Amino acid sequence: MTAYLSLIVLLPLAALVWQAGKTGRTGFWDAVTDPQAVAALKLTLVVSIGVCLINALFGTIVAWILVRDRFWGQSVVNAIIDLPFALPTIVAGLTLLTLYGPRGPVGIDIAFSRAAVLVALLFVTLPFVIRTVQPVLLELDREMEEAAASLGAGPLKTFRYVVFPNLLPAILSGVALAFARAVGEFGSIVLISGNLPFKTEVASVFIFGRIESGDPAGAAAVSVVILAISFAMLLGIGALRRWTTRHDRV
Amino acid sequence: MAIVARSVTKRFGSFTALDDVSIEVPAGSLTALLGPSGSGKSTLLRVIAGLERPESGTVELDGVDVTKRAPQKRGVGFVFQHYAAFKHMTVRDNVAFGLRVRRRPRAEIRQRVDELLELVQIAGWADNYPAQLSGGQRQRMGLARALAVEPAVLLLDEPFGALDARVRKDLRAWLRRLHDEMHVTTIFVTHDQEEAMEIADQIVLMNRGRIEQVGGPRDLYEEPANEFVMSFVGPVNRFGESFVRPHDLELRIEPNGETTAGTIERVVHLGFEVRVELVLEDGRDLWAQVTRDEAEELELAPGGKVFVRPRRSRIFQTT
Amino acid sequence: MSRWVLRILGLSYVAALLAAPVGLVVWRTFEHGLGPAWDAVTTPAAKHALYLTLLIAAIAVPANTIFGIVCALAIVRYRFRGKGLVNALVDLPLALSPVVVGLAYFLLYSRNGWFGGWLTEHGIQVVFALPAMVLVTVFVSLPFVVREVVPVLREIGTEQEQASSTLGASPFQTFRKVTLPAIRWAVAYGVVLTTARALGEFGAVSVVSGHIVGKTDTLTLHVEESYQAFDYTAAYASSFVLALIAVATLVLMSLFKPKEEIR
Repeated sequence: MTAYLSLIVLLPLAALVWQAGKTGRTGFWDAVTDPQAVAALKLTLVVSIGVCLINALFGTIVAWILVRDRFWGQSVVNAIIDLPFALPTIVAGLTLLTLYGPRGPVGIDIAFSRAAVLVALLFVTLPFVIRTVQPVLLELDREMEEAAASLGAGPLKTFRYVVFPNLLPAILSGVALAFARAVGEFGSIVLISGNLPFKTEVASVFIFGRIESGDPAGAAAVSVVILAISFAMLLGIGALRRWTTRHDRV
Repeated sequence: MAIVARSVTKRFGSFTALDDVSIEVPAGSLTALLGPSGSGKSTLLRVIAGLERPESGTVELDGVDVTKRAPQKRGVGFVFQHYAAFKHMTVRDNVAFGLRVRRRPRAEIRQRVDELLELVQIAGWADNYPAQLSGGQRQRMGLARALAVEPAVLLLDEPFGALDARVRKDLRAWLRRLHDEMHVTTIFVTHDQEEAMEIADQIVLMNRGRIEQVGGPRDLYEEPANEFVMSFVGPVNRFGESFVRPHDLELRIEPNGETTAGTIERVVHLGFEVRVELVLEDGRDLWAQVTRDEAEELELAPGGKVFVRPRRSRIFQTT
Repeated sequence: MSRWVLRILGLSYVAALLAAPVGLVVWRTFEHGLGPAWDAVTTPAAKHALYLTLLIAAIAVPANTIFGIVCALAIVRYRFRGKGLVNALVDLPLALSPVVVGLAYFLLYSRNGWFGGWLTEHGIQVVFALPAMVLVTVFVSLPFVVREVVPVLREIGTEQEQASSTLGASPFQTFRKVTLPAIRWAVAYGVVLTTARALGEFGAVSVVSGHIVGKTDTLTLHVEESYQAFDYTAAYASSFVLALIAVATLVLMSLFKPKEEIR
């Protein structure tokens, strides 16, 4: 088992880190401060964070209507939420391009724009927050909400002071998963974004470009940066999540 | 505040939880809704609180029809069996919740919360989370929380059901003392007849969505309306057509014309009480309850012959 | 009222993002009729792409299933040093960009890579050939069986297994007759996820395959190739095949889903 793990995971990772350092400090720094690289990193981070916020909101709403509501076709909707998990990313990109691209029937054309990156990332990260919030909503003690009502709180206040604080840890977990997925996403973006440097080129596409141009060191350097940023973000979200569940641990 | 429920019917799917139920709760009283599981007592309580909507019937608080009002607007305090603590808030914030919702000034909230925490004796835990409190403490917090907004009515749904026997006994006595101090109209639900008999002014005994009898503890015990009531509030022996309480069975060594003969099977000494299990001549089983002194006097022992006469019994018309 | 607001918000979001685009692709695939679509998926390139995709999955999925069960058993039932590291490594594929994965393997096995020299000496071609594609697919689909089996193993505890050994069963017999049946639904669900991931992999394979049409194109790469070559019918038709597989995956997921998540 350890041999399998080392061969498959550890070794490649080591190679990556090693390669990143191969050109020394200056090589690394140059690769990472290359304007095109910086632009790609900035775009990736900004859009990923935006995607996380949108997911936090809409993911919670969708989880809510799947758990607390009853409507016709509900179980079908519940099943197709997992579609982004099951569908290959390139097909995802193609489907979005079909509807929201140059030959799309509804007249919206976001191809080759930053909006395209946003929409593609929203597609692939759709299930994450929904699936982490659903089980928590299911388990939530309804009596807490009844208690709040008996004490005079209307539905909005009850949500804000009683339900939401208990959903927050799950939302944060989903956001962490979504963020990790978003910063690394490749297949769904390549077709619809057009990969225009400085405009719609995300980090993964930039790295791909560096590999194709025979600059694996540069690619590795930027990879390591994005890994470090992801890692930091995940640590931060993890800490935030632990803070919101401190009442459980004492 | 007086509470009146009239002809309340509540169904869950095909199950009728309440079937045309009416009760009156006098202002300032401590009333128990007593009954086995499924009797509808919790449902009735929740209908009064506004947490359930009845299919038909009305609920009046002090003469005002509140049937269509949301629970927020009824001025009721509700205490839950499993505490329903806001686990993400400190004890202080839990108790302060209702006041914060009503936007009372901070100083007032702080003072009131401190008073209540003192009253329910958990002042030292104000800044802890519910998870750190024992069950009994959590329930007292629940009570303080409900009392904070000065409700006209206090409703408790099997408040001590989740606690150990010892804590339960302590808290029920404590609840009675609290009621005597505060005089808030209180209704509590329980399946424990001992609990109801011990602290309630009025008991509403329910079974299968209907009310069997309403009265004080003594009324239900001495003058039960039917077999169900009699066997629910105390132990009962069937003696032909009539029902006799074990302590109403007189045991004699000599017959006296009114007695029936029987043989003692077991004599169980339970401290002050002695339980005597008998078989009558015709094969029926009975058990009598006598004091330790009586048992000694009669020299009761297994295998011994004894003569039994009910001092008091009740017969119920079966319609 | 607020119920309707939430419903409309939630459902429109899902419809606009998910349902509408996928529905449209289905329509576009058959826009020109069944014939052209069928022709597009039965070209030699497409057939080879499908074959390659299935072959890679046929290697990656069983490998990860066996590893997954062994790893889950190790994590739950045994103490050993470095358990935290193992956990992190197993979860890593979920956090890494596929392109970075491809890069890492490229660095190891390409001609100038760590093993490059040794491999060329022995005439073994890893990158730009099947082996690298299998390896990266194994990497990205690694975690699923482990993650599904671990909580189930934790929950069922060791009592049944202990009972089995007191009744005289050997460890292997216990595993076969007690442990395996208990985890089979978790394994099934994990296998479904693993397969879906393996069939759908794009980014990592894109880096290591070299895009040699008819030789190192998986079906996903074939979709991209076709699109870039303006052969839209081929792109849609191949996407449709992949989408069908995805829908079948969804159905299987619903069937095998762990109980607490079923509505």
